Amino acid sequence: MLEVSNLACSRGDHRLFSGLSFTLSPGQIMQVQGANGSGKTSLLRTLCGFLMPDEGDIAWRGENIRSLDEDYCAEMMYLGHLNAIKDELSAVENLRISAGLSGLDLSDREAIAALRRMGLKGKERLPTKVLSQGQRRRVALSRMLVNDAKLWILDEPLAALDVVAVALIQELIAEHLAQQGLVMFTTHQPLEVAGMDICNLTLS
Amino acid sequence: MKKSSMFDLLVLVVRRDLILAMRRRADVLTTLIFFVMVVSLFPLGVGPEMDMLRKMAPGVLWVAALLSSMLSLVRLFSADYIDGTLEQMMLSPQSLSMLVLGKMVAHWMVSGLPLVLVAPVLGLQFDMAVEALGVLIIGLLLGTPILSMVGAIGAALTLGLRGGGVLLSLLVLPLCIPVLIFGSGAVDAVTTGLAVSPHLSLLGALLVLALAFTPWVTAQALRISME
Repeated sequence: MLEVSNLACSRGDHRLFSGLSFTLSPGQIMQVQGANGSGKTSLLRTLCGFLMPDEGDIAWRGENIRSLDEDYCAEMMYLGHLNAIKDELSAVENLRISAGLSGLDLSDREAIAALRRMGLKGKERLPTKVLSQGQRRRVALSRMLVNDAKLWILDEPLAALDVVAVALIQELIAEHLAQQGLVMFTTHQPLEVAGMDICNLTLS
Repeated sequence: MKKSSMFDLLVLVVRRDLILAMRRRADVLTTLIFFVMVVSLFPLGVGPEMDMLRKMAPGVLWVAALLSSMLSLVRLFSADYIDGTLEQMMLSPQSLSMLVLGKMVAHWMVSGLPLVLVAPVLGLQFDMAVEALGVLIIGLLLGTPILSMVGAIGAALTLGLRGGGVLLSLLVLPLCIPVLIFGSGAVDAVTTGLAVSPHLSLLGALLVLALAFTPWVTAQALRISME
């Protein structure tokens, strides 16, 4: 489904990786590993289409993602280092807006249900600036509950999360894979998905 | 959950930006107060000669409007850029130009429209005639959206640069010269008894052109800035 062939990427004059090829099929999960600065985030951002690869081709359902553009965006969800939430808005408003940006009209009830499952009961209407770092991350991650994207690209999803939240994220990833979804992620914490083999891609 | 259309997205972005502006009212007020201050300084500095004031009124008001719209442009994309919302906007399955248009509309409502509303009051300080004030308002109504839209291109190009604010003004101000000329020209025309419609039609034409091209150009500039 996602085919990457002979990909090369550089930041400035520094070549991060080259000749990278892999395929990800429905129901598969892949972890990108590597030391700090080895190009994990750059790889994920290239897969999102933010960065132009120096060489190589990224294909989704057999077509280049550049030519698919908006059709590809509709099937992909990216959660980056930045939470993309506004301090002035409440958790519900933030979630509804980010769902709106990805083309889904979310009702107040659905948003609150998602936030409660994320363990934010009672915090739904508070402005996110009063929430802790981990709670803000949970608000951002609650987008995993309210989207119909097939490909999830997660950059350090577990950063700032406690044990309970990590377990929940693992559960969500397992559910997504069971529905023939695709996941690509990076993490420095151990992440296990029940009954699933995680493919490893090591950048050096 | 149901799918939303392109127009829903436009409304969503405008509403979001207006809510954010309401919760950070200080930002909106500084633009407006700057405009009022600059315009009010002129009668104080030049002295109370009615003839001179009347003559310079349109130019002063237009230049002040230009400068105060520069003031708020820096923030147009930078907040969204810093907290990552801009990334998510670029991954939206709808066209980025539409989102950008929404941001432009919201920016104008927050920083352009208040100037238009307060301009007639300030015009009185310069002893402007009623018909001159009317033409000034129409001119500003047509011209300030152009400033927001052309300014958005500059804001997108200077995104994430240090000292972007000054660079932005240097980039955008020359592009706004036609708006300044036709806008203040229209008020001059009505005070000297000439036809106003050529100036206003040209402003209208500029507005249509800006509406057609600037969202797309800004979207491309944002993509370049995100690399």
